[in-house]
Amino acid sequence: MNFQIKKFVDLFRFIKLMEIQGNIHSIESCGTVDGPGIRFVIFMQGCPMRCLYCHNPDTWQVRENQTMSVEDILNQYDGVKEFAKGGITVTGGEPLLQIDFITALFKSAKEKNIHTALDTSGILFNPKDTSKIDLLMEYTDLVLLDIKHIDDNEHKKLTGHSNKNILAFAKYLSDMSIPIWLRHVVVPTITYNKKYLTKLGQFMGELKNIKALDVLSYHDMAIPKYKELGIKYPLENIPPLTKEEALTARKYILEGLKDSLN
Amino acid sequence: MIETQDKSKVYSDTPFVEGKWSHEINVRDFIQRNYTPYEGDSSFLAGPTDATKKLWNKCLDLFEQERANGGVLDMDTKIVSTITSHDAGYIDKDLEQIVGLQTDKPLKRSLQPFGGIRMAQTSCKSYGYEVAPEVTEIFTKYRKTHNQGVFDVYTPEMKRARHAAILTGLPDAYGRGRIIGDYRRIALYGIDRLVYDKIEQHNSIEGDMTPEKIQLKEELSEQIKALWEMAELGKSYGFDITQPARNAREAVQWLYFGYLSAVKEQNGAAMSIGRTSTFLDIYIERDLKAGIISESEAQELIDHFIMKLRLVKFARTPEYNALFSGDPTWVTESIGGMGIDGRTLVTKNSFRYLHTLENLGTAPEPNLTVLWSTRLPDNFKHYAAHISITTSSIQYENDDQMRVTHGDDYAIACCVSSMRVGKEMQFFGARANLAKCLLYAINGGVDERLKEQVGPKYRPITSEYLNYEEVMERYEDMMEWLAGLYVNTLNVIHYMHDKYCYERSQMALHDRDVKRYFATGIAGLSVVADSLSAIKYAKVKTIRDENGIVVDYDIEGDFPKYGNNDDRVDQIAVDLVHKFMNMIRKHYTYRNSIPTMSILTITSNVVYGKKTGSTPDGRKIGVPLAPGANPMHGRDSKGAVASLASVAKLPFSDAQDGISNTFSIIPNALGKDEVFMGDLSVNFDPGCCSGNSDDFVFISKSKE
Repeated sequence: MNFQIKKFVDLFRFIKLMEIQGNIHSIESCGTVDGPGIRFVIFMQGCPMRCLYCHNPDTWQVRENQTMSVEDILNQYDGVKEFAKGGITVTGGEPLLQIDFITALFKSAKEKNIHTALDTSGILFNPKDTSKIDLLMEYTDLVLLDIKHIDDNEHKKLTGHSNKNILAFAKYLSDMSIPIWLRHVVVPTITYNKKYLTKLGQFMGELKNIKALDVLSYHDMAIPKYKELGIKYPLENIPPLTKEEALTARKYILEGLKDSLN
Repeated sequence: MIETQDKSKVYSDTPFVEGKWSHEINVRDFIQRNYTPYEGDSSFLAGPTDATKKLWNKCLDLFEQERANGGVLDMDTKIVSTITSHDAGYIDKDLEQIVGLQTDKPLKRSLQPFGGIRMAQTSCKSYGYEVAPEVTEIFTKYRKTHNQGVFDVYTPEMKRARHAAILTGLPDAYGRGRIIGDYRRIALYGIDRLVYDKIEQHNSIEGDMTPEKIQLKEELSEQIKALWEMAELGKSYGFDITQPARNAREAVQWLYFGYLSAVKEQNGAAMSIGRTSTFLDIYIERDLKAGIISESEAQELIDHFIMKLRLVKFARTPEYNALFSGDPTWVTESIGGMGIDGRTLVTKNSFRYLHTLENLGTAPEPNLTVLWSTRLPDNFKHYAAHISITTSSIQYENDDQMRVTHGDDYAIACCVSSMRVGKEMQFFGARANLAKCLLYAINGGVDERLKEQVGPKYRPITSEYLNYEEVMERYEDMMEWLAGLYVNTLNVIHYMHDKYCYERSQMALHDRDVKRYFATGIAGLSVVADSLSAIKYAKVKTIRDENGIVVDYDIEGDFPKYGNNDDRVDQIAVDLVHKFMNMIRKHYTYRNSIPTMSILTITSNVVYGKKTGSTPDGRKIGVPLAPGANPMHGRDSKGAVASLASVAKLPFSDAQDGISNTFSIIPNALGKDEVFMGDLSVNFDPGCCSGNSDDFVFISKSKE
């Protein structure tokens, strides 16, 4: 495809993209934990994963919740941009379920010079066809990549899916030089395990674009949400991770990282 | 200098930079010419001295005894409190750098019947004390109180509105407070000079003796007497405050005697201290430079001063405490801010004041208030943030907003009322309940709880479903009525307060011609905005009792809610504020004061909510109104910034007495703690987007 035609195709695709409506769970105008600065955080509805520790089970269902256009969202951001100076973070749910919408949103955001961050599990990454994600990455400043478990078997137990494509996604981001904040939820008895944490660190060492490590302590504050939704809470007997444990977990990951660099 | 010399008697011979202040009473000019802005960090600060620790432990012990004793340690039932009513009192004379108590013993509450003898009696009774019969006799038979004066004049309509709580918290039985004396004047000029100035003012009133002139002249006379009594008070503690303070210790002490006089005379709803830290820094800085005091001694002075402010207590009734959630004195001290010449008003002493929260531990009083500007020195911002995190005891207010109106020597009275120190004062006016007013509009002036005709008998709404245009029309009529009644009720209150409970010591520390604000307030803003939005955008069905009075509402459908940065409803709130303020402005205000309005309940919204029936927004009878300009609890679903953006739309020009938004957040929601690593990489790696793992390990090392 010559350059002119590609441009035309792109343009055509964008005109279509701009018409897409996003299926939104909710919006948080004072997000302080999902990327640098105070951020405007968009929670997308729908997720294919069923992580045992999920604290947003209300975003699982792909059913329609609240539809908004790119323009609606950017208008809302405009009203708070003096405070939410960090930029926009899209999270969920799994935002890549609505990749066309996110792409349209990020493209428009970048035209206005707004910092864009994508918080994803990477589960929908398909190494064989990266055309859509390639396009999205053109407008993405930061990926918050949440690796649920480094061990494939354990990953399946935890989320119901293999982590193969997720790790491939990390490599892909590394090759594309997209900055990553690596996030990892540490759960007693599941991921709070020296062997796995070290292994995760070693894997990080293979990536050349990690900008931050975000060790997230498992908490059980979502229990009321589960009750409300009538879903049995899967981790009832597991205590929240203490701060000391979180620091230890971080130490293990860093040890693994240093191993792989030496 | 000889080591054994008593340091309190050593004086620097460096003169202050002269200026306008040398020829007229002008504290601001003195500050501007002499203060030293400080942009450094907090590393210079000193911890508590042994004397401070010992003294504070004694205070903690006293507080404990007070608690164990049911909330009050001791009460004076015989001696009516005046500036000179009591002998000198101490906590521990040998340890105290700054002296002076409200009565002869710490935490012994003084007897202040001028606001109302009944309030004094009830306060005593509720803690098991009895006001001496001769005092009761004097204040019922021979000497009229503010409270008595007010009730002699109240119209039946005013009494009904008060009873039904459409007007709430009126200062008709207690001291109105909210006046800040410029206590710094005593330190800078000494009492003698201030008296000469006041005598000159007194002499300046001649010619046709109008009631206004007679009133002012009599007040000036009272002020002069108060100043002499302040000198007496100083003397009883062994100080001659007729002359200017000559060193830091004297400056703090002189200033404190001024404040002490105020709290001995007035049991005001808010007894704020002003903006003293940068002023005092000038004296401290001069003594530090001359080697007269050390940093540790400077901190000790401030620690002991703050300790005294923490001991300020009043005799109050349990109902009063319920309204204000506790026993607040609102000793607000305004710290920092920027000068109009662009220099910061932050000094080392601004740090020392905040540092008392570390040296003495946290406390709600004095209410340390940082006047926040985006241009404050970074180091001060960081220190204030640090103290906020560790003590949760700092209030912040927007200096950039208020400086435009009040210049750079204003202070906060109570929680948000801004005024130029010594030049402006306010008549505190409690609140009109706009939520209840809406219900009156619907029910034709019948109170929905009492089922009595309280407001005017306007046509009620008779339809089953509420119509926006119809409700708005009735509501505006009812607001007009409320505004008129409210202003006139306050006119009565402030006339009587001036007459029977005049703040002579505080006003002695003001200019002759003060600018007076007539501070009205509203409660229930978000309830009304949401109610009107529900009526406009959803369907609201009325539910009536057997007499046809609407007592509840059924809402069908959804509607935009205030607090989500949604103009459809936010604009309703903005219009309400603007309209009601303009209705207030139509009326004569006592002493031609300038009407202002606040949207600032912080705790009393709970009590007001109890007295307000169900509202068309779905709020049920008795449920608290939202505090101040807050959205109703749980209705702001788009996060804090959107919620604050709604509040930020309210026009300051129509709510100049302040807009409050109470906002709490759990620390974890404010960002990452030390478990998180990174973000900093932006600093270490200027490329930001091209880092590698080596940078990362470097960062991790630097953090460990």
